[in-house]
Amino acid sequence: MTTHPANQQFDVIIAGAGPAGSAAALLTARAGLKVLLLERGEYPGAKNVSGAVFYGSAILNELIPGWWEQAPVERHICRRNIAFMSPATAVALDFRCAGPGYATAPYNGFTVLRPKFDRWLAAQAEAAGAFVLTSAVVDDVLREKGRIAGVRVRREQGDIYGKVVIACDGVNSFLAKKAGLQREFHPHELSLGVKEVIGLDPAVIEDRFHLTGNDGIAFEYLGAITEDVHGGAFLYTNRDSLSLGLIGQISSLVERRKRPYELLERFKAHPAVAPLVRGGKLREYSAHLIPESGWAMKPKLYTDGMLVAGDAAGFCLAAGLYLEGMNYAMQSGLAAAETAILACQKGNFSARTLAVYQKHLKQRHVSTDFRAYRHAPSFVNGPRLQNLYPEIVAQGMEQIFRVDGAPKRKILPLAYRMVRQSSIKPGQLLRDVYQVARTYLW
Amino acid sequence: MVMTTHEEKMRTVRFRVAAAPHIVVNPDICRNQCTVHACVYVCPANLFVPLDDGGILFNYEQCFECGTCYIACNQEGAIRWAYPDGGYGVTFRES
Repeated sequence: MTTHPANQQFDVIIAGAGPAGSAAALLTARAGLKVLLLERGEYPGAKNVSGAVFYGSAILNELIPGWWEQAPVERHICRRNIAFMSPATAVALDFRCAGPGYATAPYNGFTVLRPKFDRWLAAQAEAAGAFVLTSAVVDDVLREKGRIAGVRVRREQGDIYGKVVIACDGVNSFLAKKAGLQREFHPHELSLGVKEVIGLDPAVIEDRFHLTGNDGIAFEYLGAITEDVHGGAFLYTNRDSLSLGLIGQISSLVERRKRPYELLERFKAHPAVAPLVRGGKLREYSAHLIPESGWAMKPKLYTDGMLVAGDAAGFCLAAGLYLEGMNYAMQSGLAAAETAILACQKGNFSARTLAVYQKHLKQRHVSTDFRAYRHAPSFVNGPRLQNLYPEIVAQGMEQIFRVDGAPKRKILPLAYRMVRQSSIKPGQLLRDVYQVARTYLW
Repeated sequence: MVMTTHEEKMRTVRFRVAAAPHIVVNPDICRNQCTVHACVYVCPANLFVPLDDGGILFNYEQCFECGTCYIACNQEGAIRWAYPDGGYGVTFRES
């Protein structure tokens, strides 16, 4: 390997200080490697947006025992609510668990505000010995003798060399593309999330959502809430605010000519949602892309001298019941770190050595989960499951509960009539039932 | 207030505006080759303004750097984008 000035030469260079990058930096720094963590924002988290529920508490607990005692977390999620919506109706599955793991340590999930949480996590990596450089955009990879040997940062003397580069630069990963590992995306593969953080008194939140102390709830909405755009919506409780957002597939936003922030306003005005946000005050509006296609948009995960993790690798599981990204980001960042540590021990950074990344991704259940749900995104995020069926269920319940002097109908003939009145063909319905079963049951 | 206009939403977001635009739109392509103008609808910051002559005017100052316009645009070369210089652009505080 060519030698470079010591201050421009690292063992590991990580682009992007989100949960993938900071977790990778923390682990590699603890292993005694010389680590550089680059972040283009003013501070880590400045460019980052999630819902956000972080379901990786147990994972982080292995790295930093009792992490929630010191981290900026909002509320631990021990209630979940999945609602099917028609324009005037909502039918919900309401889950509450006060049992171990949900309402007690290590907790199943926490709402977080990314600019605060990501900043804290990057500070843990820094405390472990990683160099954190903010306001640093990585524009390209550096190549030497056919392998990736560093990154080009947009600044004077910005060429920085490293034995391994880990690209954790998010959904629009320029690095994965520059390295030839990722292709261009299609509008149907990605969804746009628009979000608002709405301030509300903690006592009002506890009363309104039937929560005690630091308990929190996550609502997810399907059906007519996004009108005819493929997508869904969410509402999460923070300590003294709500995170509320709407997700729409880009291709269907384009086809329907819908403006995302107008859909968001109509969502807030829905009769089932309006009383939940009443009296709140908008604190911040934000938007971000979501790599919803998962396995189908996975890049080549490694090459000579480089690994890809987090959203940059498409590790975001959007499969109806599950909407998880930060936990997989963290797990893939840790798997990349384990790979980099091994490569440094061997002194070999070829693709052949780095291929062990696949094994680590499997051990951390990343690739296994994404393989298991590989058919889910294209199907679950499609029009019938996200929009049509939830709306039919909501309308069906409205008919079942209605007492208007007309004779009572049993559910099967009622369902038959509703399906007949919709655009769904019976054969299609049977195929969808089978698909749902194949996705979630076995 | 919970219900807000788009202007009110945008006023809650902090931007440190760079001197040079990070997104460049080629209005000739928008005018002559594109009939969809998807960017006008999908941009969450509403930064693409259709002009009377069929072209598109783009304001980079309040960009979320989300990449939606680039993904939605079906015209090769109409939108060229990179991230703004380090430390510039949108800075989220709560999201």
